[in-house]
Formats: sequence, C-alpha cells, structure tokens
Amino acid sequence: MLKLERVLITQGNFSVHADMTIEPQKKYAVIGPSGAGKSSLLGALCGFVPMVEGRLTWHGRDITDDAPGVRPMTMLFQDNNLFPHLTILQNVGLGLRRDLRLTAKDKENVERALCRVGLTDMAQRMPGSLSGGQQSRAALARVLVQGCPLVLLDEPFAALGPALRNGMLDLVQQLVTETNASLIMVTHDPKDVARIADEVIFVAGGIAHAPQPAKALMENPPAELRSYLG
Amino acid sequence: MALRPFAISTRTGVSAAALVALLILAALWAVLTRAEYGSGLGPAEWSAIHFTIVQATLSAGISTVMAIPVARALARRQFAGRGLLVTLLGAPFILPVIVAVLGLLAVFGRAGWLNMALAGLNLPTISIYGLHGVVLAHVFFNLPLATRLLLQAWQTLPAERFRLAGQLDLTPRAVFRAIEWPMLRQTLPGTAALIFVICLTSFAVALTLGGGPRATTIELAIYQAFRFDFDLSRAALLSLVQLVLAGSAAFLALWIIPNISIGGGQDRPHQRWDARGGVQRLVDSIAITIGALFLLMPLSAVIIRGLGGLLVTPASVWQSAVISIGVALCSVAVLLLLALPMAGWIATAKRGSVEAIGLFGIAASPLMIGTGWFILIHPVADPVLFALPVTALVNALMALPFALRILVPPLRDTVQVYGRLSQALSLQGWPFWRWVILPRLRPQIGFAMGLTGALSMGDLGVIALFSAQNHTTLPLQMYRLMGSYQIDAAAGAALILLALSLGIFWIFDKAGRAHAQA
Repeated sequence: MLKLERVLITQGNFSVHADMTIEPQKKYAVIGPSGAGKSSLLGALCGFVPMVEGRLTWHGRDITDDAPGVRPMTMLFQDNNLFPHLTILQNVGLGLRRDLRLTAKDKENVERALCRVGLTDMAQRMPGSLSGGQQSRAALARVLVQGCPLVLLDEPFAALGPALRNGMLDLVQQLVTETNASLIMVTHDPKDVARIADEVIFVAGGIAHAPQPAKALMENPPAELRSYLG
Repeated sequence: MALRPFAISTRTGVSAAALVALLILAALWAVLTRAEYGSGLGPAEWSAIHFTIVQATLSAGISTVMAIPVARALARRQFAGRGLLVTLLGAPFILPVIVAVLGLLAVFGRAGWLNMALAGLNLPTISIYGLHGVVLAHVFFNLPLATRLLLQAWQTLPAERFRLAGQLDLTPRAVFRAIEWPMLRQTLPGTAALIFVICLTSFAVALTLGGGPRATTIELAIYQAFRFDFDLSRAALLSLVQLVLAGSAAFLALWIIPNISIGGGQDRPHQRWDARGGVQRLVDSIAITIGALFLLMPLSAVIIRGLGGLLVTPASVWQSAVISIGVALCSVAVLLLLALPMAGWIATAKRGSVEAIGLFGIAASPLMIGTGWFILIHPVADPVLFALPVTALVNALMALPFALRILVPPLRDTVQVYGRLSQALSLQGWPFWRWVILPRLRPQIGFAMGLTGALSMGDLGVIALFSAQNHTTLPLQMYRLMGSYQIDAAAGAALILLALSLGIFWIFDKAGRAHAQA
C-alpha cells in the first residue's frame, strides 16, 4: 500500500496538505475545484512535483526522493503520452525496455497488449496516423505492459467525446482489475465517480481529504463538496 | 505542472564545454607567452586596427540600411520566384568566400562586366581593390543575411495589424511609422551588431581584395606577420588585439543578436491592403531587382566561367577537393560531439551564462587559435603535419555558436514537452538521446551539420597559416591558382568548390528533413 504521511506539496504560492493511505486494488477518484491541486497531488505521487514536508512510503519503504521512473506507478497525462516520432510498437515497447532492444518475447507481449486494447495490426503505425481514441488506447497498452501496481490518470481522456470517454474508462477499469492494480484518477464529472470509483479523494481549500467511500459521499456530500458539485 | 529539474546528464556537456575552452585558452596562453609587449603597437598595427573597425562599421551599416527596402518589398509583394529568391538569400551564408570573391571580380573587377560596360560608354572604370572592394564583398555576404533577418522580423508582425491598417486606410508612410518602424527599431541594432562582429574577423576577403598598408585587417596582419616575416611575437601581439576587439564586440552583441531561424515560414507574405499605389510598386520592384541582380550576377559569373575552366583544371585541384571533403566531414563529426552535449546542458541549465561559451568561437579569431597551436606544436613536431586536423577542429569551433543557436531552442522545447513522459518511463542518458532527442531534433541537427560542412568546405583561414605546398584544401589551392594568374583553372576550381559546399549542405539538410515526423 501507498502511504502519504503528513505530506505538504507546494507549487508557487499555493500548497496542498495530504495524509492518507492508498489501498491495493482499489479505484480512487480525485475531485475538486479547478486549481485546487488535483494535478499537483498526482504529480507529487509520481515524483514530478517535490514534496516539501512529510514522506511517501510504499509497503513501508520510503520512496519520497525516488526518481519518477523507479516508483511503483505509471501515469497518463492530459497530453503528450506518446512520442510522435516512434511507432506504436516502440511507444508501447518503451514500457518494457528503455533501450528498446525488444526480444521476440517482448514484441509478443506488446502485440498482445495492443490486441487487448483493440489495436490489433496497428504496431507499425505512427501515433499521428491514429485517432485520438486510438492514441489513448496505445497509451493504455503501455500501461498494461508496464504492469505497475498503481495507475494514475490525470484526465488523459478529456479531449475525447462522451461516448468514447466512457468506453475508455470501462477499458481502464477492466485493465486495472486484470492486473490487480490500484487506480487514482482525476475527474471533473460526478458521473465518472459513480461509474468507476470505490473511493473519493476530495481536494479543496489546500487539503486533499482522506479517501471516503464514493457512494456514501456522493449521496450525502458535506457542504464544501456540495457547493463544488452545484 | 512545474517540472522537477530534468536531468540530462550535464557531465558530458560540461566536459565538451571545458574542452572547447581548453582548446582556445591553450592557444591564448601560447600566444601570450610569445607576444612581446615592449615594442607596443606600431603604426602598422594601429592602421590595421583602424581599417578593421572602419570596414566593419561600413559593411554593417550599408548592409543593414540596404536590407530595409529589399526586406520590405519581399514582405509585402507576392510574385513568381519569390520563394526561390528568399531561399537564395540564404546561399551567401554557406558560400565559400573565395568563390564569391571570384564572382565579384568577374562583375566588378578590372576586366569585369561593369568596367567593360563603363568603358564602352567612355566612362572612367572603377577598381575593386582596397576599402571599397572589401566593403563590397562584405555587403554581398551580409546584405542577404540582413534581409533574411529583417524579413523574419516582418513576418512576426501580427496580420491583424495590417488588417487594421487596411481598415483605417493608412498611407504607406503611416503604416511604416505605426507598424514597421517600431519593429525595425528593435531588430536593426542586433542585425547590424551581428554583421559588425562577423566582419571584424574577416580574413579571406581582406586577403584577396585588400592588402597593402591601407587595407589590412588585423586578421590579415596576423597572417602576414606569420607567413611573410615569421615574426611570431608580432603575430601573437596582433592575435591579442584581435581577441580583445572581437571578444568584447561579440560579448556586447550577444544580448542583441537575433535568433537564427531554420528558414521555415518565410514563404508567405502577409496579405496587405496598403502600398498598392504605383510609386510603392515601382520602389519595391526596383529594390527586388537590384537586390536579386547584386546576388545573382556574381553567382552566375562563377558558373559561366567555371564551366569553361573545368577543362583546364589541374589534377591537384581534384586532389584538394578530396582533402576538403575529408576535412569538412571531420569538422561535422567534431561539431556534433561538441555541440550536442553542450546544447543538452545549455537547454536544461538555468538560463544564461553557459550560452556564452559557444560565443568563444566567434570571439577567438581562427588565426589566433591557429597561431597559438602552431606555437604549441612547433617545438615537438612539424606543424605542417597538423595543418588538416587543426583546420577541421577550428572550423568546428567556428560553427559551434551557430550550431548552438540552432539546436538549443528545439532541445529546450523537447525537454519541456516530453521530459515528464521520459522521466515516467525512466528514459535517461543514452536511451533518452537515442529515442527522444535525436529523432525530435533531426531537422535541426541536419541543418547544423550542413552548415558546418559548408563552412568548413569553403573556409580559407587557418589552413593558409601552415599548409604544405601540395597537400592542401581546395579553397587554398584555388587561392594559389588565382595568385599565379591561372584564372581559368581557378574558375574551374571555384565551380567545384561551389558545388561541394552547396552539395554537402543540401545532403545533410535533406537527410535531416527526410521522414521528419510531426
């Protein structure tokens, strides 16, 4: 499990406090007003935004100062999840080997992952020749081959239409279930929460509140959350 | 989201920069040990300093002022061949100086086209040698450069402003004052400063068109002290003067020199609603015609005379051509080994001072570095043996500031856009270069390689200092042919050199752009 112990994240002149535990194989939605620090929270978990105070532990081991690439997690950003100059095979293959010396077995793995996300026969294509939805699927295929115990989504599907987006969320849900991973996803949409999340992390007023069961919270939101949901 | 400081390993970048500094400082140290200050600067030295500053000032001023009407005409007119002309404006930058000089001699020389026309009209003929010849050649090289830089600035003006000007039906004079002049006021100083610095260290032009006590640049004086008198202490003293002069000018200019663009996006002029009157049309036509003729006539002269000269070209020319290709390729390789790590370091470092290291290359004159290394090598080995390696190295150093200006901005962008993803995938060190930077920067790397190759191919500088009689580069071989009045053979060599310079640029640039991904 991932533990945030009295963590303080500061970016410019705003800051977020967080103190919580992320359980294995659970799905968390991070909601809250724009600019409250949702992305900063995920960035800090991944190691892109420094934590000024507190510590982050994974199964009791301190990983506060670990480089992003060696943490037990993978993240999909809002954009630039694929290198446009590499093929889909190479992009996904980077999740296995960073020198891209892919063995036959690695390639088989990649092909299987591509198949799983519905991109059969797309391995040699360039990202630019794929639709937005297909690009998201390719990024998910990489998440799949990486097989990290934590998957973080910072609204990677924001640019997709509603139907496509729901399809992607369902796919994500299936994938994390298959790989026994935990999911932490930022969203603006209460319907996403109902669709996918077990628990909700509400970020507002400089605090990332500890996770609470999604259903109960959304049915009976406290004042601050109610004013956000409107 | 702010990025945690992204680590491209700075070690290689710092080592490359240190190596550059070491190469130049070692030369400087050698020069300092040999310079004799007792005698001080004599009248010949003062006259060289005076001439250097006067010709650089005139060249910068004339190029910049003449570029204004040409750039304005190109910015507001659409005509057949405009794109080609804009592309050709980039040619002098990679044109070997000695080739251009031959072309200028064919047009403006004693028996050139202009003097034949003047003689036909019973008018007095003109001489191309001396101050005005040096300035003419510098304007030939730098007018196109200034035009491109100004055109680039014109293109950055928002189209909406011209729409607004059209709506208000402003006169051309009003458009100039309200829109164009404020832009020019920002761009002109940097453009003039860049040309001034380039002309300060001019050697080949002064060697061929100048000379004599009244038209000798410092760079040429170093060569003469070295080659004719073998007076190392005087060469060293002059090198020091050159370093202080060019170094301080380059340092001051660093802050106002504009960025060098890879040339995209200059093919479309703004849609304009002003300047539709007959007078403006006429003025623009004249500016474009004169500008194009000034550029094209010497180039055509090289080609026309060269085709005839190819028949009488001696075998030594072809031998030198092979040597020049080798030297150019070595320069390109050295440049890549220095520029890429340095660019990586500069792009991820906190802005500022490190970029100045690249400027060392401009500040330290090629002949100063050459003199310094001659002094260092002389006691232990025959410097002639090192003529070609030193030339390749110095050429790479000369191209370094330009290469850094080309590479650093896109590298900075790449790190900004893909740094996070690369970190998340643990891409560092060589895999990060191999899979992210090199493919993303392919067009710029190709452009920088082409530029370096062409500059090195056509360079007539340090090679003149210490070269063997036969085993030498094509520009020097061509200069020797000109010196011995084998004009036809020299013209043939010029055409070969022109083809090689443009060819190496074209090949690398093309290879960089091929398969370029979005």
